[in-house]
Amino acid sequence: MTEPDPPPRPVPTLLDLFLTYGRIGLIGFGGINAWARRVLVEEKRWLTDQEYAETLGLGQVLPGPNALNAAIMVGDRFHGTAGAIVGPGAMFGGPLLLLAGLAMFYDAYGDVPAVKAVLAGVAAAAAGMVLGTAAKMTQKIRPPPALLAVGLCALLAAGVFRVPLPYVVLGLAPFGILGAWRALSAK
Amino acid sequence: MTAAVFWQLVLGFGAISLVSVGGGIAVLPEMHRLVVEVHGWMSDADFAQRFALAQAAPGPNVLVVGLFGWHVGGVAGMLTATLAMTLPTSFLAFAFSRLRTRLAGRFWLRVVERGLVPIAVGLIGASGLILAQGTATGWVPVVLTACSTVFVWRTDFSPLWVLGAGALVGLAFL
Repeated sequence: MTEPDPPPRPVPTLLDLFLTYGRIGLIGFGGINAWARRVLVEEKRWLTDQEYAETLGLGQVLPGPNALNAAIMVGDRFHGTAGAIVGPGAMFGGPLLLLAGLAMFYDAYGDVPAVKAVLAGVAAAAAGMVLGTAAKMTQKIRPPPALLAVGLCALLAAGVFRVPLPYVVLGLAPFGILGAWRALSAK
Repeated sequence: MTAAVFWQLVLGFGAISLVSVGGGIAVLPEMHRLVVEVHGWMSDADFAQRFALAQAAPGPNVLVVGLFGWHVGGVAGMLTATLAMTLPTSFLAFAFSRLRTRLAGRFWLRVVERGLVPIAVGLIGASGLILAQGTATGWVPVVLTACSTVFVWRTDFSPLWVLGAGALVGLAFL
């Protein structure tokens, strides 16, 4: 199902986890997930597209911020308890500091037209970045038709009809699991 | 920040986090109920503005709770709200991660993991759509979003290039 990987896959050190997740947090415009995939799968090659998507999928079914749940699982996978603390800690710490600064900056300059214009431009580009990531993941993972249909349903339900996410996730999970069961049993 | 407000933040966001299946932003209506309707900590406009600011900033979307906490109790409020929203579910995710390692390779676990993949990818697409709708105030941002989508999808260059381009285009045309 997935494309063959070039064989040696690097394993991060604890410092790697800290620096990498810190960077993901600070460049994570439009949300973490698309950026985490970009860095973990494409740049660092610590995970494949399939592995990243599976981890994120589990993170979405569990309660709590899904990017955080996924980061805990990735950290634990490579460095146990320490990894599960260091990665997510860096991912939240940097942006939290930035946000504190931004909150003060925004109170002072938020109404300046140039600031608004730049923010609007970045937001529009970030939206495309997130959409492009979804397209790229679909292309790389190459899901069988049944799973592709489940993915499209999730996209439409949450993105167009704005169905609350718990209903989308819990309502579609049985169909996804059924589709995966048939695909894996057929092999 | 008084002790009463501290506990209201801890219990309020802690309870919300436990029902936030699908992501922190899924429970935005619940957050609105807590900070605007129940406690009257801020107005509707404040709420929307904080949310927009958190969306514009990099980092996990759920950090918007940090801004709500900031509004209520400064730095201490920011830390309290963020930790209340993230800590309880983190223990749950960690416990699950351990369970997953122990059960790795079981057929049914592989089925479940693979079955959730399309939902994860579909929801990334959905958040892109929602972001795009929020920014589509004219043809310039729509073209920007479309170009950025194709760039990120079809090339392996860093997406930071499109964000930089977005900032320049925004400055020139928006």
